[in-house]
Amino acid sequence: MLKIENLHCEIEGNSILKGINLSIGSGETHAIMGPNGSGKSTLSSVIAGDESYEITSGSIQFLGKDLLDFSAEERAHLGVFLSFQYPIEIPGVSVSNFLKTALNECRKANDLPPLSARDMLALMKSNLELLQMNSDFLSRSMNAGFSGGEKKRNEIFQLAMLEPKICVLDETDSGLDIDALKVVANGVNKLRNNSRSFLIITHYQRLLDHISPDHVHVLVGGKIIKSGGPELALELEKNGYDKLC
Amino acid sequence: MEKKDEKKIIKEFTEKSYKYGFVSNFDSDTIPKGLSEQTIKLISKKKKEPKWMLQKRLEAFGILKEMPPPQWAKLKFKEIDLQKIIYYSAPKQKVSLKSLDEADPELIKTFNKLGISIEEQKRLAGVAVDIVIDSVSVSTSFKDKLAELGIIFCSMSEAVKNHGDLVKKYIGSVVPPKDNYFAALNSAVFSDGSFCYIPKGVKCPMELSTYFRINEAGTGQFERTLIIAEENSTVSYLEGCTAPQRDENQLHAAIVEIVALDSSDVKYSTVQNWYPGNKDGKGGVYNFVTKRGIAYRNAKISWTQVETGSSITWKYPSCILKGDGSIGEFFSIAVTKNYQQADTGTKMIHMGKNTKSTIISKGISAGFSNNSYRGLVKINRSAKKARNFSQCDSLLMGDKCGAHTFPYIDVKNNCSIVEHEATTSKIGEDQLFYCNQRGIPEQEAIALIVNGYCKDVLQKLPMEFAVEARKLLEITLEDSVG
Ligand SMILES: Nc1ncnc2c1ncn2[C@@H]1O[C@H](COP(=O)(O)OP(=O)(O)OP(=O)(O)O)[C@@H](O)[C@H]1O
Ligand SMILES: [Mg+2]
Repeated sequence: MLKIENLHCEIEGNSILKGINLSIGSGETHAIMGPNGSGKSTLSSVIAGDESYEITSGSIQFLGKDLLDFSAEERAHLGVFLSFQYPIEIPGVSVSNFLKTALNECRKANDLPPLSARDMLALMKSNLELLQMNSDFLSRSMNAGFSGGEKKRNEIFQLAMLEPKICVLDETDSGLDIDALKVVANGVNKLRNNSRSFLIITHYQRLLDHISPDHVHVLVGGKIIKSGGPELALELEKNGYDKLC
Repeated sequence: MEKKDEKKIIKEFTEKSYKYGFVSNFDSDTIPKGLSEQTIKLISKKKKEPKWMLQKRLEAFGILKEMPPPQWAKLKFKEIDLQKIIYYSAPKQKVSLKSLDEADPELIKTFNKLGISIEEQKRLAGVAVDIVIDSVSVSTSFKDKLAELGIIFCSMSEAVKNHGDLVKKYIGSVVPPKDNYFAALNSAVFSDGSFCYIPKGVKCPMELSTYFRINEAGTGQFERTLIIAEENSTVSYLEGCTAPQRDENQLHAAIVEIVALDSSDVKYSTVQNWYPGNKDGKGGVYNFVTKRGIAYRNAKISWTQVETGSSITWKYPSCILKGDGSIGEFFSIAVTKNYQQADTGTKMIHMGKNTKSTIISKGISAGFSNNSYRGLVKINRSAKKARNFSQCDSLLMGDKCGAHTFPYIDVKNNCSIVEHEATTSKIGEDQLFYCNQRGIPEQEAIALIVNGYCKDVLQKLPMEFAVEARKLLEITLEDSVG
């Protein structure tokens, strides 16, 4: 589904990703762990099409297409989703209005008619339930005044609404309390299927206890230095990154 | 591709409007250029006005002659030569088309984008009214309904003739000619405008819109509006429309006066979309407006405005809170782009006890434009326990535009509360990227963010007006992020 080859990128002259190779098959869940500043968020931003990063070499294939040829919104239309490490506030724009716009833009790009108001609401309701969110959320301003945990939950709510094919979750667990972590992880598990892949960035095993990954990668200094199965995460938790480097 | 097309449409529209009936055929009934006592007498005579009206005009002219033209720090414009203006021309003859099919298709496209109804489109495009819709009968039945309730809604010229006592009593009582240069000018030469009177205890059952009046008289360069709300009455008044309007007159100096008697409630909403000039700032309307209301005991005056047009806007809808417990509100969205300049705001003059005022101003600047908020909150000694809350937000698009906030606060007693909040923000790259990531393209993202930013004010507009205003904002700001 997603194939990243020898990806290098820089920002303002600083080289950050230094040759990433990563291949994610359809329906697979991969986890990336790595120390602060190693380039995890950079990688997710680059996948999502953030133009502030300059790709100096390498490629990203997504469903047979060269992803780097597409703008951020086109990538979203193709089924790329990023759950932001720091979700952005948009004052005055309600969650429901934002999502209605987003979903209908995605549908339009895929030659689908806009959802009727009733279907839209029904879909929102069922996804709110999935994430055990109160329907008050819909009328609140997008992320404005949300607590850290609410913001993260709202990211996964959007994921559920937009039904993407590749979901990059950048530290979705940080900010969530113990119960919320379970709810969100359960939500994610329900959203997993054979044609949807996940790339989960996290610092801690706790999320992976709930969402067990097929593969775990360690990103250090802009490179994946080790890959393995779920046991790699446990090992990291025990020994830290030092032993690996 | 869309963006370029929009630009073209709007550009062509504003330029083509001559062809499509926005401009009068100046011929027979026009008096020569220039301003003199003679001109004023001629205007008054042509309008068959009573003597007292001419007297008032001449007094105003006397005052004008003593006044120097205004100078403002933040506005740049060529001095206006009053001798080059034509002060009277007969009611405008619009070019009539047989049906909408004859109208410019691009124009119709713009109308559709704005969500303007077919009937409204026909009117705006200059389709002869009698063959297309019975807008005349709509307007007639509308008038019947109002008359039943004793509401008077007519042109100022008619009012001067038919309701002289009311006009005589109130005209100039809120905005006297000596108030400012343009007020003096308007008072001397005003062409026409609206007059509205709501009797005691009557709640006007519909929004009064200049729409119905313009059909009869056409807008003027020096409009004069007077609204009188008797005790316990309620009225909501709409001015302007969202369709771009071009006028051959560069200078517009209007006056709006509101008299809100005890416990009445007056809501005045404006959408102003005059021709803003071209991309380089050439042409375009100078809009110098004096709008003011006086609120007596427990009365409420609420100004809501969406300003997107004009090359220069200078406008401070104000409230004199004279009676105890009276309330003044000002909700404003002002958008400037290219080389537009806007200097708007409000004045809240608290005189009565327990008076309250609220100011919410949202400025949006793009391109090379300048957008200033200038507001005065004055609390007199007599205004015990007065309260004011002001919030002035500026949103910048790109880095070549400017936003300025000048709040003047003058409190003469120590038992009043004045709160002022101001913010300046930019549409952030991160906000745009967040929207893009969710599949929302740039233009739509800007529209969404701007609408969110303006929400507090848009909510104050009457429903249908709000829908149009929202679309107008979107079209205005397309392709504006720099
Ligand atoms: N605009 C920028 N200019 C210079 N350096 C930058 C810029 N943006 C990011 N970086 C640097 O790139 C490196 C990678 O940042 P990134 O956010 O990808 O790290 P991360 O692995 O997600 O870290 P964390 O675990 O703390 O979230 C950091 O050293 C960061 O300081
Ligand atoms: Mg990060």
